[in-house]
Amino acid sequence: MATNLKQLTKNEELLCGGHRACAGCTGSNILRQIMLTAGKDTVVGGATGCMEVVTTIFPYTAWKTSFIHSAFENCAATISGVETAFRALKKRGDLPVERDNINFIAFGGDGGTYDIGLQSLSGAMERGHNMLYVCYDNNAYMNTGIQRSSATPVGAHTSTAPSGSQSTGKQEIRKDLTKILVAHNIPYIAQTTPYHWKDLAMKVEKALATPGPAFLNILMPCTPGWHFDPAIGIDLAREAVECNFWPIFEVENGVYNINKKPKEKMPVADWMKKQGRFKHLFKPGNEHVLESTQAFVDKEWEKLLKLEESTS
Amino acid sequence: MEQKLVALSGNEAVAYAFKQALPHVAAVFPITPQTEMMHKYAEFVANGESDTEMILVESEHSAMSAAVGASAAGARTFTATSSAGFALMWEVVYIAASLRLPICMALVNRALSGNINIHCDHSDSMGGRDAGWIHLFAENAQEAYDNAIMSWRIAEHMDVRLPVMVNYDGFIISHTADALHMLPDDVAYKFIGKYKADYALLDVENPITVGPLDLTDYYFEHKASQLAAYPRALEVIKKVSDEFGELTGRYYDHCEEYMMDDADMVMVMLGSSAGTAKDVIDEYREKGVKVGLLKIRTFRPFPFDYLSKVLAGRKAVAVLDRSASYGGQGGPVFMELRHAMYGQQVPIYSYIYGLGGRDFDLHQVETVIKDLQKVAAGGEMNNVNLLGIRS
Ligand SMILES: Cc1ncc(C[n+]2csc(CCOP(=O)(O)OP(=O)(O)O)c2C)c(N)n1
Repeated sequence: MATNLKQLTKNEELLCGGHRACAGCTGSNILRQIMLTAGKDTVVGGATGCMEVVTTIFPYTAWKTSFIHSAFENCAATISGVETAFRALKKRGDLPVERDNINFIAFGGDGGTYDIGLQSLSGAMERGHNMLYVCYDNNAYMNTGIQRSSATPVGAHTSTAPSGSQSTGKQEIRKDLTKILVAHNIPYIAQTTPYHWKDLAMKVEKALATPGPAFLNILMPCTPGWHFDPAIGIDLAREAVECNFWPIFEVENGVYNINKKPKEKMPVADWMKKQGRFKHLFKPGNEHVLESTQAFVDKEWEKLLKLEESTS
Repeated sequence: MEQKLVALSGNEAVAYAFKQALPHVAAVFPITPQTEMMHKYAEFVANGESDTEMILVESEHSAMSAAVGASAAGARTFTATSSAGFALMWEVVYIAASLRLPICMALVNRALSGNINIHCDHSDSMGGRDAGWIHLFAENAQEAYDNAIMSWRIAEHMDVRLPVMVNYDGFIISHTADALHMLPDDVAYKFIGKYKADYALLDVENPITVGPLDLTDYYFEHKASQLAAYPRALEVIKKVSDEFGELTGRYYDHCEEYMMDDADMVMVMLGSSAGTAKDVIDEYREKGVKVGLLKIRTFRPFPFDYLSKVLAGRKAVAVLDRSASYGGQGGPVFMELRHAMYGQQVPIYSYIYGLGGRDFDLHQVETVIKDLQKVAAGGEMNNVNLLGIRS
């Protein structure tokens, strides 16, 4: 078991330094933590997006395991092909190196997962491939200049849904992708953040140990996209859980388990206040957005508690 | 070697040919007229005649994406589609070629929408002509089968390492039963050989990064190295075809020349319509008209040198395209061919025919021959002509 810190620190770094992520990027934290747990016998696929771009600028690569990028919307399908190839080659004794098991991990941003890659993801999950899909959700299309996605929260300022004299930023409620994955009836689904390293490592381990498809949705505070001091990204990940904006939970064979229930619920506005993308909401006249956000988060949390209760 | 004479549809014939290569993975999605091919393959798997792992994807975009993943992983991989399915794959079609993955694909040619039409023309294949795949065309089920067998040797050849598209006409070839000779499984597999990827994602002891971000500093060099593969591919196609000829007695080149030795007038085309043209040419030959047919088998890479030599000195050439280039001048084959003939004083005309499966009949061939006779006698005609449309 790798989920103790001592062991994790001893594991080989498979996403090496020197990549081009922004200062304070929590996405590289996420990938690094995943890889520390997954280990060397892993094939990784990345969807077009920040994390693919910053880790594979030719002639360099930050990946010490096999890695494939094909396009923006097809990472799940691509890795489903790799995983199938593994089974096909193994059955014939044609593997280049003998292995009983290899981990297959596909990752994409919220754009590549909630939006353009949703079909590819849904197909791969339904087909039951033995793979883990990781969505790093930074709440917008960051790589192309912070455009809104269906994961962008109400009120956030983005390049395509900016705040202005006639707008408070994004108007539409974010999509609950994790629930969509639950509807696929796959064996393992979870949400976590890079602050919760132990939780993250445990979930990666479980996901990889589970035969069949697994899905992790990981919140990724983004310095340039959310406008915050690069030093506080990991704190913002913690606080997103404290204020229930991003509950961390698992759904194992349909059974919900909330991994952390904040003792004292932090107001969502306190979390939002630290992020430039919500700055305009703190001007007089926009209180209603903060209020509706709090109401929404509360309602979703209540629903989650009920799901846990009703499925346990 | 004993070859079995069988009656099969083109779809069945190609399904058999692919099965004989013992592919590891097939990623497919249904579309008419390709469906029957994947049904047949699914039957092979269900009956234990093939141990190929089929990925029954949720779209053609994912079919090509999964094929890219499987091939990059080190698996011998195929897919099959038609028309809209190929159009949906388009982005990834380029990626497959750029990553130099030897995927084979049956493209059962069908018109593109709109309006929606399920019948044969070549606009699907032509839409991908610059994507970097090798395009082989067939006149009948036998040729489709033979191309499908050879496709693996060509795609996986170290001097090539490019994906190959085995084109055959929707319904006309895919759905009509035809008599053909099939190789015994062991002979076919011996000819094709075992596939070994040089770099495989599954070689976890020698990890690789596939498909990196490749900017102004290196992308162009990678494209230059890809460009260098196409002249080599032409040589490999010829070599593999010669070897195939020795094995089966069925010899192929980049083109088939029919009544070409002394032909003053030549019709050039792809696919099943060549069969129709040959019949009419026979009639006119009996009347002493020196007309011949050049059927192109290798459309990509385009055999420029071959064509410019074969067509040198002819009095009139008609290029028949079963697809149009909207806003361009004439069809895609015409454009390439006239370019191949640059600097030669051979009159060349474009005909567009058979869009959306419109029958290519004997009268249309006659019309072309009569036009060619006019031109050969010094007459004039339009550069671009439509054949067989309602007046
Ligand atoms: C088919 C296609 N459409 C659009 C793009 C342009 N594009 C590249 S990355 C990207 C946004 C990625 O957003 P997300 O998935 O959220 O990842 P992030 O950039 O935030 O890491 C877009 C729009 C593309 N590469 N391919």
